[in-house]
This record gives sequence, structure tokens and C-alpha cells, in this order.
Amino acid sequence: MTGQKGWTRQWRDPEPKSHYDVVIIGGGLHGLATAYYLAKNHGIRNIAVLEKGWIGGGNAGRNTTIVRSNYAQPGNREFYEDSLKLWENLSHDLNYNVMFSQRSHITLLHNPGAVDAVSRNYNVMRRTGNSDAEIWGLDQLKAAVPHLNYGPNARFPIMGAAVHKRAGTARHDAVVWGYARGADQMGVDIIQNCEVTGISREGSKVTAIETSRGKITAGKVGLAVAGSTSRLWTMAGLGCLPIESHKLQAFVSEPLKPLLDQVVVFGMGGAHFYISQSDKGGMVFGGDLDWYKSYAQKGNLPIVQDVAEAAMSVLPCLGRVRLLRHWSGVVDMSMDGTHFISKTPVDNLYLNAGWNYGGFKATPASGTYFADLIANDRPHRVIANHDLKRFERGLQIDERGAGPDPKLHG
Amino acid sequence: MSASRLTKGGRIDRSRKVTFSWDGKTFEGFAGDTLASALMASGEQVLGRSFKYHRPRGIMSAGVEESGAIVTLGKGDRVEPNAKATMQELFDGLSASGQNAWPNVRCDVGAVLGLFGRFFSAGFYYKTFMGLPPFEWGRGTGIWMQYEKLIRKAAGMGEASREADPDSYDHVHAFCDMLVVGSGPAGLNAALTAAQQGKDVILVEQDFELGGDLLNQSDPAVETQRAELIDALQSAGVRIMTRTTTFGLYDYGTAGLLERVTDHVTAPSQDAPRQRFWTVRAGATVLATGALERTIAFTNNDRPGVMTAAAARTYLNRYGVLPGQNIVLCTNNDSAYVSASELAAAGAKVTVVDLRTDVGADQLGAMQTAGVAVKTGLVPLKALGGKTVSGVQLAREAGTGWAAAETLSCDLLLVSGGWSPVVNLLSHRGAKPAWDADLACFLPASCSENVVMAGSATGHWQAADCAASGIAAAKVAMGEDAQTPTLGGWDTPIKPVYEVRLPGSKTKSFVDPQHDVTCDDVRLAHQEGFVSVEHLKRYTTLGMATDQGKMGNVIGLALMAEAMGKDIPAVGTTRFRPPYTPIAIGALAGRNVGTHFKVMRRTPLHDWNLRHGATMTDAGLWHRPWYFARKGETINDAYIREATTVRETLGICDVSSLGKIAVQGPDASEFLNRVYTNAFAKLAVGKARYGIMLRDDGMVMDDGTTWRLSENDFLMTTTTTGAGRVMVFLEELLQTRWPDLKVHICSVSDQWAGVSIAGPQTRDVIAACMEDPDTVSADNLPFMGVKKIRLKGGIDGLIARISFSGELAYEIYVPSDYGEPMMDLLWSETEPRGGCLYGLEALGALRIEKGHVTGAELDGRVTIDDAGLGKMASTKKSFIGSTLRQRPELLREDRPQLVGIFPKDRSQTFNGGALLCKHGDNIGFGEGWVTACTHSPALGHWIGLGYIAGGHEAWQGKSVTATDPVRQGDVEVEIVSPHMFDPKGERMHG
Amino acid sequence: MIRIPCPFCGTRDHSEFSYGGDGSIQYPALDAPVQDWHDAVFQRENICGVQTETWQHVNGCRMWLLVDRDTMTHEIHDVRPAHPGMAKVLGVTS
Repeated sequence: MTGQKGWTRQWRDPEPKSHYDVVIIGGGLHGLATAYYLAKNHGIRNIAVLEKGWIGGGNAGRNTTIVRSNYAQPGNREFYEDSLKLWENLSHDLNYNVMFSQRSHITLLHNPGAVDAVSRNYNVMRRTGNSDAEIWGLDQLKAAVPHLNYGPNARFPIMGAAVHKRAGTARHDAVVWGYARGADQMGVDIIQNCEVTGISREGSKVTAIETSRGKITAGKVGLAVAGSTSRLWTMAGLGCLPIESHKLQAFVSEPLKPLLDQVVVFGMGGAHFYISQSDKGGMVFGGDLDWYKSYAQKGNLPIVQDVAEAAMSVLPCLGRVRLLRHWSGVVDMSMDGTHFISKTPVDNLYLNAGWNYGGFKATPASGTYFADLIANDRPHRVIANHDLKRFERGLQIDERGAGPDPKLHG
Repeated sequence: MSASRLTKGGRIDRSRKVTFSWDGKTFEGFAGDTLASALMASGEQVLGRSFKYHRPRGIMSAGVEESGAIVTLGKGDRVEPNAKATMQELFDGLSASGQNAWPNVRCDVGAVLGLFGRFFSAGFYYKTFMGLPPFEWGRGTGIWMQYEKLIRKAAGMGEASREADPDSYDHVHAFCDMLVVGSGPAGLNAALTAAQQGKDVILVEQDFELGGDLLNQSDPAVETQRAELIDALQSAGVRIMTRTTTFGLYDYGTAGLLERVTDHVTAPSQDAPRQRFWTVRAGATVLATGALERTIAFTNNDRPGVMTAAAARTYLNRYGVLPGQNIVLCTNNDSAYVSASELAAAGAKVTVVDLRTDVGADQLGAMQTAGVAVKTGLVPLKALGGKTVSGVQLAREAGTGWAAAETLSCDLLLVSGGWSPVVNLLSHRGAKPAWDADLACFLPASCSENVVMAGSATGHWQAADCAASGIAAAKVAMGEDAQTPTLGGWDTPIKPVYEVRLPGSKTKSFVDPQHDVTCDDVRLAHQEGFVSVEHLKRYTTLGMATDQGKMGNVIGLALMAEAMGKDIPAVGTTRFRPPYTPIAIGALAGRNVGTHFKVMRRTPLHDWNLRHGATMTDAGLWHRPWYFARKGETINDAYIREATTVRETLGICDVSSLGKIAVQGPDASEFLNRVYTNAFAKLAVGKARYGIMLRDDGMVMDDGTTWRLSENDFLMTTTTTGAGRVMVFLEELLQTRWPDLKVHICSVSDQWAGVSIAGPQTRDVIAACMEDPDTVSADNLPFMGVKKIRLKGGIDGLIARISFSGELAYEIYVPSDYGEPMMDLLWSETEPRGGCLYGLEALGALRIEKGHVTGAELDGRVTIDDAGLGKMASTKKSFIGSTLRQRPELLREDRPQLVGIFPKDRSQTFNGGALLCKHGDNIGFGEGWVTACTHSPALGHWIGLGYIAGGHEAWQGKSVTATDPVRQGDVEVEIVSPHMFDPKGERMHG
Repeated sequence: MIRIPCPFCGTRDHSEFSYGGDGSIQYPALDAPVQDWHDAVFQRENICGVQTETWQHVNGCRMWLLVDRDTMTHEIHDVRPAHPGMAKVLGVTS
């Protein structure tokens, strides 16, 4: 424990250079992680990350910090499991404690049909690297999570749970700073307060990026701007995207002594709810989208109420616990609930977008594979189907089977 | 601090003693006290322990910004952690205790040990506790998670109940022309102005009394004025809500309010909710939310006995408590002088220490008259004393810094570092406050919505100006012009000071005392590059405690500005998020908890089913019969008996929850023809047809039968869970895409009670129930025939000869209110024949035997071909989804297709959710999966449905394993046609 | 709470309504080529600012509405029935 001594700026505050080999637009988690892996895995050092405000000011700091890999559709499965493996050593890799706590992710189950449906997914997990996927009966669940509503007045009585033991939570801001520091140490210029105002193209090539801090030219450009994807896409002279931006709220309670040791997820009767307790003691929770498209980082009351109802349904002891703060972020919902790490119609422009609810947990894999795509100009096998053209081929990576309605992929 | 209750004065009622307990001991206060004032009057000084360092904390304020006296209220299942003692009204029987301390807040072992505290400067976590990466065993998260356990125990504040909250909460909705938040001089006048112009006004006050700062005055004339204003408001019809916090402003003038109904009542009525959550939609909003006094950062500025100057005045004038005998009051502005003279008048020795050297002669004269000593050019450097304050070391300006000066003894150290207008609610609307250097505070920015601020919340420091600004704000909110008084109102300008320390010294001076964020933490954040406001907040946790930065944000910004060599506006301000003060999650949920959490949908036959032994299960929001167990039967016994009875005799099943949509109009058949994949244009009157609907993307959306009742009148049925979605989609099609079609649709799901009756003896039973038994003869009602019928007793209804079970079967619908008589009638003929009632489990068994798909198979990811129903996709017409289903991935021959599954060893069972894979293949996604399984009474062994790549023909004679590692393990299976029983359908055509 | 002035029912909370999607999309004929359908079903302009979108008053009159709404501020500029015949009857054609 070397403590606090000898720490100076965790990343530099450089003036932008006029040219970079790679410019990543967006200083959120995915942009920073991409820069980090471009430098670390591909030896590219002349990189800039351009951030309109302050790094990590978007969804990086607005999520409920859950990390899990219990996706079962081909494409998602390998991707999120790779991500989880990277999470497991991320603190050591970055030499920065991102406080990844593998405290288990517990999905409550309420009827035999749900048990079967989840078992299918967890069986897939078991056979693709997750020995930590389990189905629990009621007794095992009660012993592990004693304060859930097991009583006779539960609207949807709990039957058991699907448990993903290596999943958990991490400290979101630390991940931002850890990647920023790591990238910076390898020479990446992290340029804050640098808003992209224009993307100049000549034919199928980006020639320059106009910014509030001057014109920058780049060999390759990566977009990782959740919540602003369509705006930047338009700026690059491109048309539509299979994305609709929605608003997702998140909630934290006053700090409490330890009450809940796992991540608990509930989905039944049209409700959706997830909760965990931060190391500081706040109950961190969330639920559905606000159900209408929005770029506003402010939520409305109906969902606040819905989420509180679900909270009380799952943990009735929260009645006198007080909500401390609620906020919202803009999530780019895609047409099948799965993201894009894709080449684009422009040769040296690459897209990382459409993360739905999944952006935080995806960070290390997103950075790794996006860096790989940018460096090699061809998608890695794992992200072969994470391209923008998949719907033309008839491929929808739809974990929920909800169909091409972005708001249904929460 | 040696506080004492005065014998007279204040707003408390000395004739009404109130008994309460604190940390198990009994105390007395008076009606009108808060928990804080009563404890102060009783001489209690240490009421809390800080978050990280476990430092002793006392009362620091008299309001919502309290950061010291954070306590736990109540006991058992009514325990309420993290309550601010300054906001809790005293009542008989109130029980409160200290928290975050052991054994108690006065003597906390945690403080002695320091626990992790000494490490807990900002950002410390991120730099350590990771383990020892050079060694393999140190990798991963194991070592961190050990540390985490200890950290979690040390962190947190109060302890929440583990029991369900026994109280109830209400939701209330309201509308008004104008919502006025805050009832100080500005709020009262704003409300009155609007009400006198005939506006419907709601006035909201978080306190239990109206008046805001008027309650803290000693001048009796102020009280008279207050009473008159309230009278006027009442006669003008203003809806007044006290004990109510406006916690958030949302879109379109919507405000969230929390009303505390019984939190101050000893024995609340059983009928009263504890709190009410109000959603108010206001045409205009006036925010007269006041201002909060700031402290100054200096060493040990968190000692019990250090509080804001205005708080002392509140305790004195409102609660009749003299908070100290020997008081030093440090200020940099005029506001504290009135406190000083009133405290002196009440008998305390008071010394004012003012940073300013240009204090006005009037002010100084008044102090002399009041017997208050004034020292100028000085600031507090360090609070002296151990658990409570015993003196203060002062400092004077020296160059650009400070130099130590004299020491004064005191038992109460009051601080006024200036005032911060409460701009939080406006900030919820996205309006960024702007720094005013003259007043040394953030002032509200204008807002594009009809939200107007008034009073000290806009930087008016004098009551008369606040009143005038309230009137002006109301006028502006009503669209009139109005003149606002000039801002400020102090004779001598404030001289901003945020932190006092000697050069190079490292001390604990607190910016955000509740989260133990020190000035050094802010500087460390700067040193490490966390210079933006949001980074500062996240790195140090400044402003994230339960007061949400009300106390410390401005000081934090000032320190960062200093470290950066910039001024405060260049650093920025954090955006305040709702709620303004923390609110109970129970209140937000209201009555929608327990069994009322989500609407429970019951069929018209619900009670009848229960009376006849049904065990119910959830199907979406519906409760449907699962099985009808007889004495001693398990669920398996019951459903196997039920399914067997259906195949041998007959059974009745409640299908009322199926979606039913009336489709009517001259273009109805054309509409259906576009919606369904198969042909509907030529469906004959009196006939039903099974249809599949796709989504736009070509995937199966829903299925069901549609009955042609007459030329232009169809009845469509949908699945139970798909009903809502199908209805919405059909409405969208008719209203947005095909407005030219003359079709009207209407959901009639709730209008009909429906049963499916299946089994070889069905026709006899139904015939016996008909007024005209011939109606259902094989000739009159052939397979897929539909008829209007009249049951005995004159019950009119509809019948269709359709089968989901593969047996001779009918669906009968009668108006919902006739559901029970219909059941009585049918059952009277069924029971004597040995027929049964059957539930979803038997329904499942029967349909799996037949290979009929339901939700488990139609999971939103399958095509009509995958489901084995490709023949139903017309090639002669276009329909919804007909184009996109032709995309290449959807036409691949190796897509998983619907199959039947038998266990190789017929005595074995297997599970839905098992994966189908080649024998011996232990990794990967496998070749398919099992969607459903059942014991088949007809075949005498377990069977299943599922999907496997290429369909059953590709797997004939090949060995396949159903693997279910999360539950059961491996079972060897055979892949067969999904039509496992009576594949030619001879039984249902009989 | 967004307050939507339903042309049939009056102004109501948005929680009575259900957001549909981009109202500017012209769905092609059922037999149109795959690319046309692909674009209509999957591709979105995703405007930040005023867009025309569909909402259904699902817990009210169940009418589908065209709403011009700013997706950043949530301000509503215009609401009219999606069904052109209905709009004509109400005299609110756009």
C-alpha cells in the first residue's frame, strides 16, 4: 500500500496536435478503452481521444455499474464472456483498482416457463466457458439473499433464481480514470473540452475533423459517442442508422450498512428492476427506459414510480430507505438490442455504437475489438456479425426476441 | 457548548411537554421542538459520527442542510436510518438513536481504531487493495473482494430494517394554476398575489409551520404580519400544504411533492398513510426556496459546538434554546450581526469576529449597545477542544495567506461564510446557475419554462425585498410585467472567504463534513488532474452525501478555483439532481406494493375455477388455472389425469384470457388477408381459420383463429400474452399505414367468457346443453365451423369447432356475466360422464403431443418455417413480413426447426431449456434446444418439443443428447416429427 | 411528465400514451423490395431536435397521433391524428 504519495496528474492535459494516426471521437469508457488497447495491443501511439466535455461525463458515470456475461445468442456470448475475462484482471492490467466485485448476479425466477427459458441460456453459458452459471432453488436463494419478498403477499412469488457468480459490479468512474491513465502513459493524447464541429470528407475518406480546438487530421477515425452517434454520423455526411436514442434513469439511495451482497434482477409482469449496493452503502438501482425517444439527460416521474414499485416488490424492507438521487443517461438503442462495432461506408471511419443497456459491462471487450478493427481494418471473428449490414442479411442478434423496436430491448 | 432552554420566548409550547428517547435514555422537550432543538436544550452535544473518520459530530444547522446530527429514528420494522434531527418534529414517544458508531456516538471505538479511516483520503481506493499482481494467486479479484468486505462494513451510515415496511403510502394527483414552493416572505406574497387574481394556487412548505425565516425573528411585529398573510391566503382559497417537500421539478410544470402525514404523530390513525407522494401539474411555478448559510473551512470546523450563525438564531428565537453561554461568531457579512445582538440579549457573552475591517458605524454602534464585542480583520483558523469546542484560534490576513492570531475561549463557535440561494429545483430543469461575484453566490439563471424564482433564492437578503420579489415573481409567472428590487441588501459588502489555513499546513478542515471531504482532498484532486467539477465530485465524493452538497459545494468550487488559479465561474457548478431532500422509496411506490404491485387479471370464470379446486399460475398479468388437483394428487398426478381424461372422455378448460378482437367493416377480409400469412380473403361465413401473423421483420409475432361471423364481421383470437401487442399493431396499421381500409377493430377480450371443451364425448355434452341439440351435430357444425348458439336457460353465445388438443373440440364464448351459468351448465353434463376440468399444465401436455407451438416456441426469434408452419405462408399474396422474411440468413436450411423429442430410454425424463447436441459434444451452443416437455399420457412416456438445426429429418437415426448441466445432466434422446400423437388428425375430425 | 394535447381527449399525461416511433417513415408496399423494407424497419434518422413521431393514446381513445416534439427539450409543437381522414374531420391537416 503505497497510498497517496507521489501521484501527480493521472493523465496529461495536452494541446491537440494537427495530426494523429488515429483519432477516437468520444472520451467515454469505450473511446478511452479503444485508445488504450490500440496502444497496448497494436503499438499505435500517435492517438488522440477527443472529448466534448470531461472524460467519463456521459453514460460512463450514469450507469448502475453491473458487469455480467449472461448473454446466450451467438456473437454476444463470446463477446461478453471475453469482456468478463478482461474485467477479472482489469485492475492489475491498469494498475488501478476498478473495484470489480464478483459478488454474483441473481435473476429471480417466478414460474416454470421462465426457469426453462433461463436454463437454456445458462446451459449455453456452462458449455461456453461459464462454470459459474447456476440455477438455484428457493432454499438456496433464501440462504444467500434473505431479505427478498418470500412472503405470501408477493404478487409474483419467487420460485428460484438463475445465478451468474462471476458477475458483479465495478466502480464506474475508476474504470474511466484507469483507462485514461493507462492510455496516457502510453502516449495517447486525451483532449478534453474539444467538441467535434465537423467531419470533412473527400469521397469515401475522412480528411479532417473540425473541432472547437482547431482542425485535426487523422489516418483513421473511430466514433464512440453513445448518445450522440446519429449526430456525428450525420456530420460525416452519412444517412440513417439502426439506432434510436432513449433515456434510461438510474437511482441511488442514502448510504446504508451492508444490506444486499449481490446484484439482484427482477423481470415479471412487464416490470424490470435491478439493484445492488455500492461499497459506500447506497442502494444502486434502475429499471426500464422512459419509453419515449429522448436526448434529454433528465427523467420523468412515471418511471421513478415504476422503479420504486418494483423495488418494494423485491425488497419490501426498502420502504423507509430514502432515495438520494436520480439521474438519467441517453442510451443508443439498436434495432435488435445488440451493438455495432463496424466498418462504415467511409473507408477510414469506424463505428462503435448502439450499446442499449450493455455498454458498461462491454467496455474492455468493446475497446479490445474496436481497436483490433481499427488497427487491422477487418473485424475479428468474434465481432464478425456486429456490423451495420447484419439486418440486410437477415441476422438479428435479439436476446429478448423483442423485434425491431428499439425501446423494447431494455 | 452549554446550551440551555430559556424560560420564555420562542414558538414552543411550554405547557405541552413531550417525552422522547435518545439512545435508550428518556428526555423531555416541548411541543414545537425539533429533535435537534430538544436534544440541544437537554445538553446533548455529540449526536453523530462521521462517514469515514468516525469523528464526533453535533448540530451544525437548523435545517435540511444538516450534516452532523444524522440519526436513526424508530425501531424494528419502522426503523428509519439517516434522518436529520434538525428536520424531525418532536412528538411523544419519538425514539431516536445514534448511528455509524459502536457502542454509541459519544464513545465510538471506530474513532479510536481509525479503522481504514486514515487511508481514506480522496481516491485512495483506486490506488490500492488490488492484490499483488506479480504472483498468479494475486491476480483476479479475490484479494480486493476480501478488502471490500471490510470496507463495506465500515462504510454506509445507518442500518436499514430487514423487515417489510408496515406502513402505507398514498399517491395523489393534483392540478393548479400556480405552485408556490416555500413560505417565507417571498412565497407567502407570491401565493397571495396570484390567489387574489383568482388563480388556483398550491403553497408548499417543507416545515411544519408557514413562514420560513419569519419564524426565526424576535420582533413581535413580524409575527403579526405573518399571521395576517396566512389569514389572507386562507380567505383567498390558497391550498396550503405544510410538512411537504417539493423534491423535484419535471417536464411541463410537473412537480413531485412528498407530504409527511404521520411522521410527527404518536399514534397515527390506522387509516392514515405515513406519507403521500403528490404529482402536481402546475401552469406556473414560483420557487421561493430561500438561501442556506455557508460555513468556512478551517481546522476542526466539524467539532460539535461549531454551527452556522443563522442556526443559532433559529434555536434561540424559534425554539427558546440559548445554544451557548460564551459565543464567538465569525463572519464575513452583515447577516450575522442580528444573531449576535439577540444572543447577547438572551444572556450570552458574544464576540463577533469579522474578516472585514470596514464594518459600518451603525452596525458597530448597535453591537456596542447590545454588549457585543467586535473584532475585525480576523477569521477562524482552528476550533479548539476535544469532543466539543472550547475555543477558537483566529488568524489574520498576511499577504496572500493567513497568519495565526489570538485565541478566544468559547463554548459555541458560530460561522457565517455567506449565503447560497437554493437553486436546486431550477437546476432540475437544466438551468445552470451563474456566479455573482458581488454577492459571492450562485444565482438562478432564467429558465425557458414558466418557473420563476423569488426571495433570498434570487439573492435578496432583506425581508422586505423578499416580499416585493415574491409579488413580482407571481406577476411574471402570470405573464405580467413587474419590477424586482435590487439584489443584495447588506450595508457593507461581503468579503468572501472559503478556507483559512496556514501555508503548508496539513489539517482536517472539512468542505463536506458529512462525507468527510477535506480541503486537502480537493487539492489532491487538483494535483491529480481531477479539475472539472464532475471529476472533483466523483473523485472526492464532495456533494454526494445525504445533503447533496448543500453545505459544501461552493467551498469546494472555490478551493478548486484557487488551486487552478481561476475564478469560480471558470470551474463551473455541478448540476443538482432530484430529489431536493431524500424521500422514502415506499412513498414513491405508494399502494402499488405486495399483491397490488401489478394489475392482476382474472377471467370471468376465476371464482368458479377456484370453487372447483383450481391451483392458479401467472401467465403474464393473468391468473389462470394451472391444474385441478384432487385429494392427495401432486401437480404431476393431476395434469396427467386431466390430459388422460380429455383423450378418453372430455375436459373443460378456461380460455377466457385469449385475446379477442372484433374486426368489422367492408374491408375486414382484405385487412386480415394482409395481416395473416395465409389466405383469409375467401374464408366462408360460418368458418374459422387458424392464422399466423408476422412482424414487419418477418419473424412470427402471434397466432390464433379468426372466425367469420358474417360478411363483414370477424372475431380474431390471439394468444393471452400477445393480445395487447397485436391490438396495438393492428390499430397502428389501420390508422397510420392503411387509412384507406374501411375497417373498425375493437378489443372484446373482456366481453367474452370462453372455454375449450375437448374429448371424444364433447359433442354429447354440448348438445345436452343446447336449446337445440342439433346445432352441434357433425353436419351442422363441421370441423372449423362457427355458429351463433343459445344454451339452455337462454344464454346466447358463439361456438367454433376448433381443436388445440387434437381431440374433437369446441370453443364456446358467452358474454362474461354469463360465464358462471355456462360453466354450471357444462359441468352438470360433464361431471356425470367422468369428464374433468383441466388447467394449463394439461393443456400443455395435449398440445405438445400434437406439436402445436406456443410462446415457448414462438420466442420472437423464429420464422414461420422454423416453426414448421411454412406451408401457411402464402406464395400468392403479400402480407406483413412477407418481404423481410426472404432475407438470406432466414432462408438457410440449417436453421433450427421445430421437432419432437423422445427420450431414448422411455423411462427417462428431461427438461425444457436443455440443449440438444451431438452425442459426446460437450462444448459450444449445441445443435438446438428443448422448448417444452411433458409426460405424454397418450404415448406413455416423456416427450418434448424443441428446435434443432435442419429439422427432424436431418437427425433420423442419429444419437442426440439433451444436456442440462445447470439442473439435471444428460439424457439421450431421439429426434422425431413434432406431430407425435395422431399425426393425421383423425380424432379431431371425427 | 410530458403533457400531450390529444386532439380527441384533451391534454393528458404522457404515461397515458405509448410512444410509437419515427412518424416520418413511409412504409413501402407489402411487395416492395427487401432494401425498401429494410430501410423502413431498421434505419432511423434519430433526430436530436424537433421530429415527427407517432404516439398512441393507448390508455385513452387509442388513437394513433402524429406529434411534432423536440427530443432534447420534450417540447411539443403540434399534435394531430395520424389517420388523415380523422385529421380532415377535425380540421387539423398538416
